[in-house]
Amino acid sequence: MQDDVILRISNLSKSFGPVKALRGIDFELRKGEIHAVAGENGAGKSTLMNVIDGILQPDSGKIVLDGDPVKISSPTMAQQLGIGFVHQEIALCPDVSVAENIFMAKTNVSRSWLMDYRKLERDAVDVFRQLSDIDPSILVKHLSISNQQLVEIAKALTLECRILILDEPTAALTEAEAQTLFGIMRKLADQGISIIYISHRMVEIFNNCDRVSVFRDGQHIVTQNVAEIQPSDVVNAMVGRVIDNLYPQKQEMPSDEVILDVRNLTETKRFRDVSFTLNKGEILGVAGLIGAGRSEIVKGICQLEGDVTGEVWLNGEKLNLRNYQDSIAKGVVYLSEDRKGDGVFLDLPIAANVSALNLEQVANGIGLIQSGTEEAQAKALGHKLNLKCGSLSDPVSSLSGGNQQKVALAKMLSVNPRLIFLDEPTRGVDVGAKSEIHRILRELATEGVGIVVISSELPELIGVCDRVLVVREGRISGQVTGDEMTEENIMHLASVMDAQDSVA
Amino acid sequence: MSGDTKMDNTVNLTPAGSSDSAPLLKRMLRMRETGLIVIILGLFVIMSFASPYFLTWANMRAMSMAFAVDGLLVIGMTILLISGGIDLSVGSVTALAMVIAGWLFLSGIDPWVASAMAIALCTAIGAFMGFFVTRVGLHHFIVSLAIMVIARGACLLFTGGRPLGLYTLPPEFKFIGQGSIGPIPIVIVIFLVFVIAFDFMLRRTTMFRKVFYTGSNEKAAAYSGIRTKKVIFLTTTLCSTLCGVAGIIYMARFGSAQPTFGLGLELTIIAAAVIGGASLNGGSGSILGAILGVILLSLVSSSLALLDVSVYWQDIIRGSILLAAVTIDHYLNKRRG
Ligand SMILES: Nc1ncnc2c1ncn2[C@@H]1O[C@H](COP(=O)(O)OP(=O)(O)OP(=O)(O)O)[C@@H](O)[C@H]1O
Ligand SMILES: [Mg+2]
Repeated sequence: MQDDVILRISNLSKSFGPVKALRGIDFELRKGEIHAVAGENGAGKSTLMNVIDGILQPDSGKIVLDGDPVKISSPTMAQQLGIGFVHQEIALCPDVSVAENIFMAKTNVSRSWLMDYRKLERDAVDVFRQLSDIDPSILVKHLSISNQQLVEIAKALTLECRILILDEPTAALTEAEAQTLFGIMRKLADQGISIIYISHRMVEIFNNCDRVSVFRDGQHIVTQNVAEIQPSDVVNAMVGRVIDNLYPQKQEMPSDEVILDVRNLTETKRFRDVSFTLNKGEILGVAGLIGAGRSEIVKGICQLEGDVTGEVWLNGEKLNLRNYQDSIAKGVVYLSEDRKGDGVFLDLPIAANVSALNLEQVANGIGLIQSGTEEAQAKALGHKLNLKCGSLSDPVSSLSGGNQQKVALAKMLSVNPRLIFLDEPTRGVDVGAKSEIHRILRELATEGVGIVVISSELPELIGVCDRVLVVREGRISGQVTGDEMTEENIMHLASVMDAQDSVA
Repeated sequence: MSGDTKMDNTVNLTPAGSSDSAPLLKRMLRMRETGLIVIILGLFVIMSFASPYFLTWANMRAMSMAFAVDGLLVIGMTILLISGGIDLSVGSVTALAMVIAGWLFLSGIDPWVASAMAIALCTAIGAFMGFFVTRVGLHHFIVSLAIMVIARGACLLFTGGRPLGLYTLPPEFKFIGQGSIGPIPIVIVIFLVFVIAFDFMLRRTTMFRKVFYTGSNEKAAAYSGIRTKKVIFLTTTLCSTLCGVAGIIYMARFGSAQPTFGLGLELTIIAAAVIGGASLNGGSGSILGAILGVILLSLVSSSLALLDVSVYWQDIIRGSILLAAVTIDHYLNKRRG
């Protein structure tokens, strides 16, 4: 039992100024196991991984690799020790091709002076064939987030590592892509590679991992074989209290008062003839494969991008939005799926992020920002969303991934919107906070705010929404409500070509 | 931008009230402005021992006159840097303002009207650059590099390469560059008004907050409903307008218009802004810091001059200060991260 431990961490601590991110953590990883790490947002999961990868230096504690105490002083050294890391936040070079990105790490250790592009590309194809069919010569900036995430994973796979760390790799992946990844993970584990797998999704942990460790507030709570523990126990250990209802109540009495009426929305390249309505009190879900045009449709409604024709009626009033400013003024807002790219201002204070949508709310009559009001706003919304942070004047970059998402969400709520489009609203958010967000969405819907949720996580859509629209190739291919809302039905509508379409 | 209220009622990893004074102290030390003030005061003390002439009223006055007008340029540059841009043309555009105003005056136009026209021209130049950056989609660096060369060429064209003597400028016009209210030079008064006004606006107004948003993450700003192109257009234009104002003040002060004025000035200005905390990546910077940066650089120059250090050495020393300041800052930031 003991001798197959490849990595042992004992009594490790790490602080960021006053924030104690890790407090005497113990952790051990066995050879060839898939070891899940779970914990609330800000529990210290990413911090521990950053320590293992040499990005951060611990304040105290011991790391023992293969029986030898080591001091991992840099990611390069971690790489030499056989540690590969797929980060929670995507860190690719946008202006460089997929192939070159994949081999950046390798190029780094190679001794040759010249770049052999043809070989790079050939090798990239090899690695990629296992994962997906992305063209390796395409520039990374032209890829969707999910494909970028796949590139990140491929990058780690090319390094011959003994320990592979995956920090929420599936947050941006579709179900099918995630399944492929699990297959690969299992194959690697069978080859004797140890995998640390961080996720907020219990299903993934219980279906694919061998053991699970739970962290809370920078401390190690428990490590168990998944066969010997229940998902609810893990959740309870994570949050330190009992969560009984993962999803809020569904809508009680359907109303036929229409909030949003979209008619024949068309954008030449990306979607055609999209028509749907949203009734009062209802939470509408939008499902579809990545690239089907889900985000494009709602961004089109908000005038964030694209040249859209068609009609949008909000509460019986025809909207003539020329740009997103108009949209915000009408109370129609969009929560972006790419939090780091366009959701938050990483180097600005939390309070300044929350107020960004409408500064008038925190300013006085002559346009002077009242920092007291601004902080109070951030504090109130932060409290509502259970945001974990040191000080509201700290930059958003100092927050854990899930807490950054909460800042992005607080920003949307700050303007008391009438209609919110949420694109992957709980990406990277922990179970506790997730059900909190779901509860807030339900509350808002009951108050009469229009809620449209896009999510790649089908259980979330099914659990939260009253009705789900399915988008395929830029068209609405169907909708499901009530008992029809099953993963199978949705996947069927999202992927199968029916006879009608193939004629057209 | 905001105070340091603790979030009391959220679940916080820090045990309540653990060490409240320590972070505050650290924050104070970290504040670049404080560091710069300490360095400037230190230099003051050293120089007052090193040169008996240093602490005289005449020297103080000369030194403050030296950085006051550049201070206007650094305000514009800092705001532009915060929005994510840069302007290499400040030196030439300032010279152009002088030359155009002087030339108009010599051709018989009232000096005030001539000045207003020159400032308007500079504003137009800024708008022109803003157009190329925001509508055509070129980079600030390239556009302003082109304007730098063009504006300098125009200066030489209008003057035939010789300074324009403007001895006939009416005294009330020269007063803005040479006069004093009591003991305080008008130039300093103008400088202080601009600094206080812009520092306040940058810290407090919604208008300038949008500059920070835009520079910090242009896409996130657009997704927050901010017209980022408009913001960038305006900051680019503002920088050139301030060049116009500075050019006019210089003209009043020198009583002449020199086509070769301000060669290399853009580098001093950018250096000052960066020493004062502006980031070339946009999203950060402060007027107070940038002004302290200008003061530091100009203090160093006049100290070296007083100590009879060769001009050639001065550039080497100023460059080294820039490098040192940016390096120290880099490490402070890294420690924070
Ligand atoms: N660079 C930093 N500066 C200051 N505080 C930080 C920094 N990085 C992390 N923290 C803090 O350390 C704590 C742990 O963060 P960490 O990123 O490890 O959380 P996590 O468990 O990965 O959460 P998530 O599920 O949201 O990704 C958080 O409270 C976070 O705010
Ligand atoms: Mg994390």
